[in-house]
Amino acid sequence: MSGNVPVVEINDVSKRFIIRKEKSLKERLVNAGRSKQFKEDFWALKNVNLEIDSGQTIGLIGPNGSGKSTLLKTIGGIIQPTSGTVRRRGRLAALLELGAGFHQDLTGRENVYLNASILGLSRKQTDLYFDDIVEFSGIRDFIDTQVKFYSSGMYVRLAFAVAVHVDPDLLLVDEVLAVGDEAFQRKCLDKIRSFQREGRTIVLVTHSLGQITEFCDRAVLLNRGEVLFDGEPHEAVRDFREVLEERRIGEVEAHNAAHEEQVAPVNNGRIVSTTVHAHGRAQGEPVHPGDDLVVRVTFEHPTGIEGWIAAIQIDNVQGVPVWGSASLRTGLELGRLREPRTVEFVVRDVQFGSGKYFINSTLMSSEKVHLHDVPQAVSFDVPYYDLAVGIVHAVPEIRDLGTSGA
Amino acid sequence: MAITLESPEARANRLAGETWQYDGASGGGVSGTVASIKEIWGQRRLLRLLTGRELKSRYKDSAGGFLWSLAKPLTQLFIYYIVIGQFLGAARGIENFAVYIFAGLTIYTLFSEIVGTGTGSIIANAGLVKKVYLPREIFPLAAVGSALFNFAVQFVILILAALFIGTLSFGPQLLFGLGALVLILVWGTAIALLLGALNVYLRDIQYLVEVVLLLLMWASPILYSWQQAAAVLPQWLLEIYVDSPITLAVLGFQEAFWSEASHGQPLEHLALRMLIAGVIGLIALFGAQRVFSRLQGDFAQEL
Repeated sequence: MSGNVPVVEINDVSKRFIIRKEKSLKERLVNAGRSKQFKEDFWALKNVNLEIDSGQTIGLIGPNGSGKSTLLKTIGGIIQPTSGTVRRRGRLAALLELGAGFHQDLTGRENVYLNASILGLSRKQTDLYFDDIVEFSGIRDFIDTQVKFYSSGMYVRLAFAVAVHVDPDLLLVDEVLAVGDEAFQRKCLDKIRSFQREGRTIVLVTHSLGQITEFCDRAVLLNRGEVLFDGEPHEAVRDFREVLEERRIGEVEAHNAAHEEQVAPVNNGRIVSTTVHAHGRAQGEPVHPGDDLVVRVTFEHPTGIEGWIAAIQIDNVQGVPVWGSASLRTGLELGRLREPRTVEFVVRDVQFGSGKYFINSTLMSSEKVHLHDVPQAVSFDVPYYDLAVGIVHAVPEIRDLGTSGA
Repeated sequence: MAITLESPEARANRLAGETWQYDGASGGGVSGTVASIKEIWGQRRLLRLLTGRELKSRYKDSAGGFLWSLAKPLTQLFIYYIVIGQFLGAARGIENFAVYIFAGLTIYTLFSEIVGTGTGSIIANAGLVKKVYLPREIFPLAAVGSALFNFAVQFVILILAALFIGTLSFGPQLLFGLGALVLILVWGTAIALLLGALNVYLRDIQYLVEVVLLLLMWASPILYSWQQAAAVLPQWLLEIYVDSPITLAVLGFQEAFWSEASHGQPLEHLALRMLIAGVIGLIALFGAQRVFSRLQGDFAQEL
């Protein structure tokens, strides 16, 4: 990253939404005196501070309703903060909530010109880019059709094509990549990579944690409008998983509380600890290809449970599951769990590619209901291997077979 | 790609030199309005495009295209001429009755279109308002632009008719026409800005506006002469009636394109009254812009 040139500065920004329950004149007049009852405050952002430097790719993550999209819209100037200031510089292109500002009644072609103009391009410049835009979107046959007849995929394709062809310094992307087909997603991600090389700044909202760790050099975790974490993407992803886990437990408890009479109070049981080491090596030492990996997970259950299942899953830093197994699969009967019990998983002859791996451990009931998950409970490293890259370790042999004619 | 590629360093350096843009509303008072006007001026190309779009999308799927925009006023002219003029006898007191009505209708239609389309303009463009940042005044202004286009078409017909019937002559009275146009533009834009913004919060406004516009048409001397109203109205109400900007604009238009050859009796001090209404209109426009810029901060979330 060259220098530290901030392009966006968010200074103590809060945003309040007032949820009104009446909309029409009559209702308002009738309720004029007691309008307080019909209002509800909701803080979508609370005292957010953020500085984004030129050339950074930042991922915004967080559970639904955590304020990601609101923050992105605030950066884009579409929503004004209730307090605090936002300032930015450079040309901005935004893809918010599936599609740029298209007008339904206009054709794709007209919308391209309209959008390019909004983003600050002259007609002449747009003429220059037009073929590239259509080419990139891959919807040449429909370019003279009104966009209201477009499928959501076509819509996003065109919107993305326009946004990346207007030479933006700052690109805001909200969840759009999920809509296109795989080929188009690949194309978009390639485009984002080349944007990174060109030193453009990208702010990405996505639920694909893999994309966060793959593309971003910084991630911001939001929860209920507050910044929980700002820094290394894979740490943000880990914290995010914890937030989700807490939320899940909260929901399970709420659910149990609500159904108390039907269901006997389920005390969920818990994973006490998880350890990992390679056979013959100490804990914390790197795991080499060919090692036997030993994972020990200790479980307990306060009230006792029959027919429980112990499971682990190994993820790489991108959050992609690499390996996983459960006691049910190998036919191991664990009987009754009450006192702390340790289950050992031995993963024979691991051949993982270099990098960091995380182990998620899980306690399940006999109906495979997750009673307790500990995401990224422990991690281990596989040392750098200079002959190959990827998740799988395998020794390459590369030979020159000469020209095909010989 | 035709984009000139900058190195990341060059880009960073250029950005370091760029000035900060503050998001959202410009500051308060006169400086805020000046900043808004600058911002809108910076987007004038877009304004033109949006105006064109407004016109295009209105008659998009029809074969007749913009000719339909003429159908309504011409039909109105026909109905009023026959029913009001002949059946009810209003034409007896007013020479060249067809030109008389059409002059009033033309300028009133401009007003009603600016206010009508302007009020709905923010909601009609919700797709854009929610997705990109623009000076939002652009949408009511685009409504003004498209209304002006329709006005121009009608105006040509009015001129041709006036020439044909012989009520048009070149002289200083034509300036009243220009004054009337300015008056309607100023007041129309002010009202469109104000109602366009309020309508986002209270959707009832657009329906209310339709009704009020219908009422206003009859509250100005388009289909009858102002003397006929003067004979009935009490003095204080008459003052309000003749000094409404719409009445003044209608009278101004009639003065320019009809009076000379038709023995029209002009209102006293018409020019002065129009001038005062114009000045008040400018103040109203300023106020409307201030309100608009206050309200626009929450547009995206209210739509």
